[in-house]
Amino acid sequence: MEKFSIYAPRLVNPEENIAPGHRACIGCGEVLAVRYALKALGPNVIAANATGCMEIISSCLPTTSWKIPWIHVLFENASAVISGVEAARKVLARRGKIPPGRVFCLAMGGDGATSDIGLQSLSGALERGHDFLYICFDNEAYMNTGVQRSSSTPYGASTTTAPPGKLSVGQWSQKKNMAAIAAAHNIPYVATACSSYPFDLMAKVKKAAEVKGPAYVHVLSVCPTGWRHATDITIQMGRLAVESGIFPLYEVENGRYKLTFDFPKLRPVKQYLKLQGRFRHLKDEEMDKIQKQVDKEWLKLKSLVGMAGEKKPIQVPAQVQAPAKVKAQKKTRTTRPTKKTSRPSRKRGRK
Amino acid sequence: MSHRTGLEVSHAAAEAVKLARVEVVAAYPITPNTHVPERIAEMVANGELDAEFIPVESEHSAMSACVGSSAAGARTFTATSGQGLELMHEVMSVASSMRLPIVLSLANRALSSPLSVWGDHSDVMAIRDCGWIQVFAENGQQTFDLLLWAFRVGEDPRVSFPVIVNFDGFHVTHVIEPVFIADQAEVDRYLPPFKPNAVLDPRRPVTMGAYGPPFIYSETKKAQDFALHQAKEVMLQGFAEFEKIFGRKYNFVETYKAEGAKVLLMVIGSFAETAMDLVDKLREKGEAVGLVRIRLWRPFPQEELRQAVRGAETLIVLDRAISFGTLAPVVSEAKAALYPEEKRPKIVSFVGGLGGRDIRLEEFEYMVKRGIELAQKGQEEIYETIGIR
Repeated sequence: MEKFSIYAPRLVNPEENIAPGHRACIGCGEVLAVRYALKALGPNVIAANATGCMEIISSCLPTTSWKIPWIHVLFENASAVISGVEAARKVLARRGKIPPGRVFCLAMGGDGATSDIGLQSLSGALERGHDFLYICFDNEAYMNTGVQRSSSTPYGASTTTAPPGKLSVGQWSQKKNMAAIAAAHNIPYVATACSSYPFDLMAKVKKAAEVKGPAYVHVLSVCPTGWRHATDITIQMGRLAVESGIFPLYEVENGRYKLTFDFPKLRPVKQYLKLQGRFRHLKDEEMDKIQKQVDKEWLKLKSLVGMAGEKKPIQVPAQVQAPAKVKAQKKTRTTRPTKKTSRPSRKRGRK
Repeated sequence: MSHRTGLEVSHAAAEAVKLARVEVVAAYPITPNTHVPERIAEMVANGELDAEFIPVESEHSAMSACVGSSAAGARTFTATSGQGLELMHEVMSVASSMRLPIVLSLANRALSSPLSVWGDHSDVMAIRDCGWIQVFAENGQQTFDLLLWAFRVGEDPRVSFPVIVNFDGFHVTHVIEPVFIADQAEVDRYLPPFKPNAVLDPRRPVTMGAYGPPFIYSETKKAQDFALHQAKEVMLQGFAEFEKIFGRKYNFVETYKAEGAKVLLMVIGSFAETAMDLVDKLREKGEAVGLVRIRLWRPFPQEELRQAVRGAETLIVLDRAISFGTLAPVVSEAKAALYPEEKRPKIVSFVGGLGGRDIRLEEFEYMVKRGIELAQKGQEEIYETIGIR
């Protein structure tokens, strides 16, 4: 730990641009990801935030957690709002009303704001080529309104609007692939990231911001409240999602797919599913079905990497070994019987 | 010096926007407003106007981009009509509550269904409570003038509200009219550069669009309404200064040959021009009929209306929209404004000109005759629809 305090400030921007004291749930992976992203971006940024958890936890009048210029307008329009900000700064700089030089324009929203209600406005902004970065903080359901399904909810998950029952498995559809949709706009940079891999997340956000033109980063944001798991295993959950291939980390740079971490053998998805209350109702055959789907998607991704001429991606593994260690140390916790995991019943306020 | 030229009113609107040295325009095509953004896009493409034109993918995004642009400190304009305004609706109240002085030219259009691209006031009446300053132009010159006024008043730091300039779809937008186009020096004298109260800027970070729990929401809304009422003084100054520089006079409520009139017609929008012809005709015949035109729709000029109709026995109000299930919008404002008056005229309500249907001189004449009749019979509770089959 002594070494950590010596080296961490050299590796990471010590500035905190989202102040502590906000109202995020205990163990929130999303606010952690926001914090890392802001560290990567530094102070020279303007942010437009879609309605969702991040706006509710951070901006209760008359207080604010944001130390950067920040605007929240509505649920579905963060991309359009940032289009306006970017255009305004261009013309104001041209007319000498603001100093020249680049300010990062950041739009952010949850999975509902990105893949459902805000998809059109995001697509429009990507297509028009505004110089901005969009970050989707994906916690895989409408958590702010009390865990309703979105198109980003994975197959089999229990939500309040796709509950499991005699006739239902819970979420019946497959998770929408937002990163692929963003990449289909032929924008210069798309990446997936997770706050369980902070250095990777920060590197990707920085890269995305520095790219000229639109960039998209899709961040898996672990949500103990909505996923119904213990609040102290958030980081581990993110790692399990990545190591099981459920949420692979990769980049698409100018159309070229690049895996961030490759694994000789993926962890069984069961390890990930069993820790979460939202999958508790799944029978073995349904878990097998999920496993098959994950394997299929993983191969598809690998073939995309291959097609782009990247024979062997990745070396990395300082990152990959870390979770293994964590796992070894906390073995008892990982294998803790699921019935003991916390099941927060508190419903969040409406949007 | 201004020069007088014949041009399509939509293009006159675009000229006003250009002379206002607008910085960002975000717009989406919809009939009958489309010629305004088209002309502006052309000006930007030709280098006549140094601005950013954002051809957004919907009106919702048009207004959202305007909010972002105005919050970042740019003079911002958009234009729309009918369904487009309805799609913007959600963002409209955010723009006014965040006190962002966006200017919107609204080519008034009927609402679906059945689909109608033609004019009436259903669109603006559906958003009348959104907190925007709203004015009505009756012709090309007024459209040009009121757009300049809108930027000046909306952006005044004492006001800081967005403004809608209404002009009737097709009846005004698509008509070629002689318009005095001001020159740049005059406009610059009238319209100072935009200096917003707060801007999104990393040099001085601010939080905009926070959320308000019950303990603070009421206070924010009351403060907003208070500010909108207070804005009237700056609006009047805006008109006075306009008259000084350009020589054309405006007011919240304008009258035409209303002195000593026993019967007053009350009209909002371009039908005022036909109504003036009728008043001329009836006055020639010696009938004491006059006209009241509502220029400012929000904040509604209650006191000015009371003064304008004082002494009249019958007030005949024409609406170009229905408020389903209750009184039409303009007549209900008139009744509310005049209720506290000890001696008030009988108020008769007509609805007409829906979905682009014309109201001709003879129909105005009928309206006056019938209005007097209904008032005398004491049957002013109902409304009649002009020209209905």
